[in-house]
Amino acid sequence: MTDLPNSLKNGPDERGFFGLYGGRFVAETLMPLILELEQAYEDAKVDPSFRAELSALSTHYAGRPSALYYAERLTEHLREKTGGRFGAEIWFKREELNHTGSHKINNCLGQILLARRMGKTRIIAETGAGQHGVASATVSARFGYPCMVYMGATDVERQKPNVFRMKLLGAEVTPVTSGAGTLKDAMNEALRDWVTNVDTTYYLIGTAAGPHPYPAMVRDFQSVIGTETKEQFFAAKGRLPDALVACIGGGSNAIGLFHPFLDDASVKIYGVEAGGHGVDVQNGHAASMTGGRPGVLHGNRTYLLQDGDGQILEGHSISAGLDYPGVGPEHSWLKDTGRVAYVPATDKEALAAFQLCSRLEGIIPALEPSHALAHVLKLAPTMDKDQSIVLCLSGRGDKDVFSVAGYLGETMSEM
Amino acid sequence: MTDTRISRRFAEVASQGRPAFVTFVMAGDPDPAASLDILKALPKAGADVIEIGMPFSDPMADGPAVQAAGLRALHAGQTLAKTIDLVRAFRAGDTTTPIVLMGYYNPIYVYGPERFLADAKTAGVDGLIIVDLPPEADDELCLPALAGGLNFIRLATPTTDDHRLPTVLANTSGFVYYVSITGITGAAKPDANRVAAAVGRIKRHTDLPVAVGFGVRDAETAREIGRNADGVVVGSAIVQAVAASLVDGKASARTVPAVAALVEDIARGVRAARAAE
Repeated sequence: MTDLPNSLKNGPDERGFFGLYGGRFVAETLMPLILELEQAYEDAKVDPSFRAELSALSTHYAGRPSALYYAERLTEHLREKTGGRFGAEIWFKREELNHTGSHKINNCLGQILLARRMGKTRIIAETGAGQHGVASATVSARFGYPCMVYMGATDVERQKPNVFRMKLLGAEVTPVTSGAGTLKDAMNEALRDWVTNVDTTYYLIGTAAGPHPYPAMVRDFQSVIGTETKEQFFAAKGRLPDALVACIGGGSNAIGLFHPFLDDASVKIYGVEAGGHGVDVQNGHAASMTGGRPGVLHGNRTYLLQDGDGQILEGHSISAGLDYPGVGPEHSWLKDTGRVAYVPATDKEALAAFQLCSRLEGIIPALEPSHALAHVLKLAPTMDKDQSIVLCLSGRGDKDVFSVAGYLGETMSEM
Repeated sequence: MTDTRISRRFAEVASQGRPAFVTFVMAGDPDPAASLDILKALPKAGADVIEIGMPFSDPMADGPAVQAAGLRALHAGQTLAKTIDLVRAFRAGDTTTPIVLMGYYNPIYVYGPERFLADAKTAGVDGLIIVDLPPEADDELCLPALAGGLNFIRLATPTTDDHRLPTVLANTSGFVYYVSITGITGAAKPDANRVAAAVGRIKRHTDLPVAVGFGVRDAETAREIGRNADGVVVGSAIVQAVAASLVDGKASARTVPAVAALVEDIARGVRAARAAE
């Protein structure tokens, strides 16, 4: 955080707003707890012992810092397509190498320490792709808390490996059948649990969305991604990268990468939403900012996929982690201010990028960052060879191999 | 703004030495025509105040019964505009029963708050309960609603302590809705003694009537709760009666009589609340 008057990093205001977006739109039962959480977080973030414990866990438990890797063969592959004349260097911020296989652990470690500080005895979480569910189950196991994970029934089906991981870690997974049985419905059910068990329960939200202070708090815990990237890239090249690219569901890996660079005007920033079957297909995508309008859901005002009556649409994405009709409020604000360009990538483009990365770099990415990679494949050939792009490789693709096999027409035996 | 249909009705029942019976139904459930018929039957069956749910795709504070009612209404094509039309149609035949619209903010935000308030007032709405607009968001809808002559009824809950109560009550009007449990609508039966203590605590902070809801589903519970509360709210049990009356998902000849019978039964409990004292 900075106090520079013209900084883009000052938000949110004291009421939790980033311009029009954010806020605290929750039922009264939760309001006292939201205020208590805000106070607890404000205290924790200036407490040296809290920061020291988080830092030690990040290093020795999660494996930070994550590597910043020059994807040489992918870079050369794209340069060849321009006859060798263009093509920025492509670098991966390797969040998939973290313990649990994604960036989600960064936030979960921070919040579990906060839950302990607040004296809570039970953890609940929602999950889409299961990455946040696995990270929540992991930190709950590590700190000895019972953990209940709400997961849409559709997602339980398409993310079986992660469901089993959560169970191995001692968490209880509740499939949610309301709505389309995806992330939005899981979040509704988690909120219903929270409102019922408010005294004992800590709601470990996985993305930079929800009522204030969650969007700011999750961003702060994820900003380690961008802070490390800045240092690592400077160490490698002696300057800033020219572009950043990250995928956006709720947008926590993206805001974590972007935030430390917001005031660096030379750095172009791209957030890639799930374009599904195409953003012109009604209810066939999950691109809230490209194809939605501002509204109020799950505690915050933000861009939402919704119909003319304000009913929330289900959206669609090949990636369970991006299949959410909203987005973190800070992204909505960054869209309106023009600082970040939000663009869609379709299911097909993501699937192609998933395969290309696997073959050229020996890295199987998750379907979520495959969307970001799909945009990198378009962007890099338009840039000069002395320029560089950093992609947030937010998760590994092991969880997706069964569903990708299905899309590619391969048959695999069930887990 | 002390004299409204809501304040007059609470004063009237208080003068009869009994609590008000507040009934909740979902607008457009199971279809627009049957929904109007149900509304019309409620005052005759003993409802003193009617809350009409505005269906929303993501009702985070509601249990399965109210969620299902909202989905039935949405599947039958209900919109916020049609809900306002429903109130207008009801008002054509009933000018005294207070109507409170209850729901979530997003459909109103998309409709346009100013336009919504004007249209609701014109149609004959008396008050609003918006679950996800706490006092911290009063500038969104609460203050414009008060300025426009509508009551804004706030939910107070078991987590609303003495420190927070003044904040919750500051811009509340019409009545205070005490949520008897920490939880969702239609959940566990509330503990009458605890509720009585909470109602007493709220009444030390305000002169407004205090109605109690969430988890009241039969005449006996209504009688217990009504001993100390100024109003008793029943919702999930009523929308479940609607659900149970449907044939192949559609309204049947039993729908309106089934709802009326349940409301009459619970109304007897409400009216007997203080009879034996």
